[in-house]
Amino acid sequence: MLRGHALAAVRGDRRLFAGLEFALDAGELLYVNGPNGSGKTTLLRMICGLVAPAEGAILWHGEDIRAVGDAYRADMAYLGHLPGVKDELSGLENLRINCRLAGRDPSGAELARALGEMGLDGLEDLPAKVLSQGQRRRVGLARLRLSRARLWVLDEPYVALDRAAVELLQAQIRGHLARGGLAVLTTHQQVEMDAGTTRELRLGI
Amino acid sequence: MGATGLLSGTRYVLARDLTLAGRRVTDVLTTLFFFVIVVSLFPLGVGPEAGTLRAIAPGILWVAALLATMLSLGRLFTADHLDGTLEQMLLSPQPLSLIVLGKVAAHWLVTGAPLVLMSPLLGLQFGLSGAPLGVLMLTLLLGTPVLSLIGAMGAALTLGLRGGGALISLLVLPLYVPVLIFGAGAVEAVASGLEADAHLSLLGALLVLALCFGPWVTAAALRISLE
Amino acid sequence: MAPNWFKYASPASFYPLAGRLVPWFGAAAALLTVLGLYLGFFVAPTDYKQGEAYRIIFIHVPAAWMSMFIYLVMAFYAGLGLVFNTRLSAFMARSLAPTGALFTFIALWTGALWGKPMWGAWWVWDARLTSELILLFLYLGYMSLQAAIEDPRRAARASGLLALIGAVNVPIIYFSVQWWNTLHQGASISMSQGSTMAATMLTAMLVMTLAFWMYTIAVVLTRVRCEILERERHSEWVAEIAAREAR
Repeated sequence: MLRGHALAAVRGDRRLFAGLEFALDAGELLYVNGPNGSGKTTLLRMICGLVAPAEGAILWHGEDIRAVGDAYRADMAYLGHLPGVKDELSGLENLRINCRLAGRDPSGAELARALGEMGLDGLEDLPAKVLSQGQRRRVGLARLRLSRARLWVLDEPYVALDRAAVELLQAQIRGHLARGGLAVLTTHQQVEMDAGTTRELRLGI
Repeated sequence: MGATGLLSGTRYVLARDLTLAGRRVTDVLTTLFFFVIVVSLFPLGVGPEAGTLRAIAPGILWVAALLATMLSLGRLFTADHLDGTLEQMLLSPQPLSLIVLGKVAAHWLVTGAPLVLMSPLLGLQFGLSGAPLGVLMLTLLLGTPVLSLIGAMGAALTLGLRGGGALISLLVLPLYVPVLIFGAGAVEAVASGLEADAHLSLLGALLVLALCFGPWVTAAALRISLE
Repeated sequence: MAPNWFKYASPASFYPLAGRLVPWFGAAAALLTVLGLYLGFFVAPTDYKQGEAYRIIFIHVPAAWMSMFIYLVMAFYAGLGLVFNTRLSAFMARSLAPTGALFTFIALWTGALWGKPMWGAWWVWDARLTSELILLFLYLGYMSLQAAIEDPRRAARASGLLALIGAVNVPIIYFSVQWWNTLHQGASISMSQGSTMAATMLTAMLVMTLAFWMYTIAVVLTRVRCEILERERHSEWVAEIAAREAR
């Protein structure tokens, strides 16, 4: 379903990787690892379509994602280093605009439930600037609960999360894979993922 | 359910940016005060002679409007860039140019519209009255959205660069020249008893042109800058 | 022949070709400049109104033509680079900018020199000079944006987009400045309109324009060669050249 073909990435005039191949099917997780600077984030941004590959292409259902455009973006959810949470908005408002940008418009009750499930009960209406780093990440992650995207692209999603939140997120990824979703993940933490098929992609060796 | 409708992206982003502006009122007021202060400095530099001031009023008000708009451009995408929201906008299934349109509309409502409303008061200080004052407002009403639309391109191109603020002015100010000429020209024409129809139609044409291409070019620039 | 074009669109095969062409264009530029200046300064008749001072137009007018034309050529290459993602076109666009800015500056400078004896002032807000000044700002903006972006790919694409925005705006700016000038009855530097331009004068100007073109091509090709070497310094063929030169 998702396929990377002969991918190469260049930053400045350094070649990060070249001739990279991977394929991912429904219910599978692609675990991208490698040392710092090996191009993990670049690869993930490439999979989202934020960065154009220097060579090769990324195919979704056999079509180049750069040609599919908006329809591909409707099928994909990306979580980068930055949570995409605004200081001045409350958790609920943040989640609402994030969902709307992703092409969905859930009701207030749904939004509140998603935040509650992320352990933010009673904090929905506080401006995000009074939340802790981990709580802000949770607000960002709540988006996945309401997402209908088939492909999740998660760049270091466990950073700044406590044990409970890590488990929550893992359960969520397992559920997503069990429903036939796809996920691409990078992380430095040792994380066990027993659901679905896990493929591993090593960069920078 | 579901975010349908062509302009929903525009609407959501517009509403969000207005909410944000409402919670950061100082940002809005800074631009307006800047406009007022720059305009008020000119009589101190040029002298209080009423005839001179009346003659240079359209030019001064317009140049001050250009500078005030430019000053606020840095904020247009920077905050969204720093907290990751801009990435989410680029990855939205909504067309990016329409999201940009929402952001530019919010920018105009927050910076351009207050200038339009404030301008008659400043015009009075410079001895403008009656028809020229009305035309001044009308030109600013037509022209300031163009300034926001063109400025957005510059802001998108210079996103995240060192010295972005000074660079933006170098990119954007030359492109503001036609707006300045038609805008200030219309007021001058009316003040000297001529018709300003041609100026106003040309300003309108610039607005249409900027509305058609501006958001689209800005979207392309954002994709380049975030790569 | 289409295949040939694509062959030379690759930096590795363009580099030696450009190297062979540069001396020819350089020589042509030198010869034509000598010829053009001779025609302009010694052959063309003295203007009955403006005396000898008018002869500056043999530099001023071709430089002004070049400054605008180079901007359009630059925007053309920039567009080509954006659409087809060819690196060579981006190099071309980037290399044209300093030369374009140089000609803009020459046009402004000679315009000022011409204005002094004609109008008694170094600078008049004449429509053409003013447009030329704004064109200089456009060039400076383009080059500053290039310089401010570190990643070469983003620099090429962002400045390419800016060049296109500028190219769309140049006619609008030009028109608006003309309009502004007529409304304010501003001064205008022009050839004495009564007398028809002597054939030798036109010839001299055209020869100078051609000389400027040859110069532009020679300089731009040299700059593109430098650019290619710098960007491809890690590739094998550049290493071979370096090894050959070192010997």
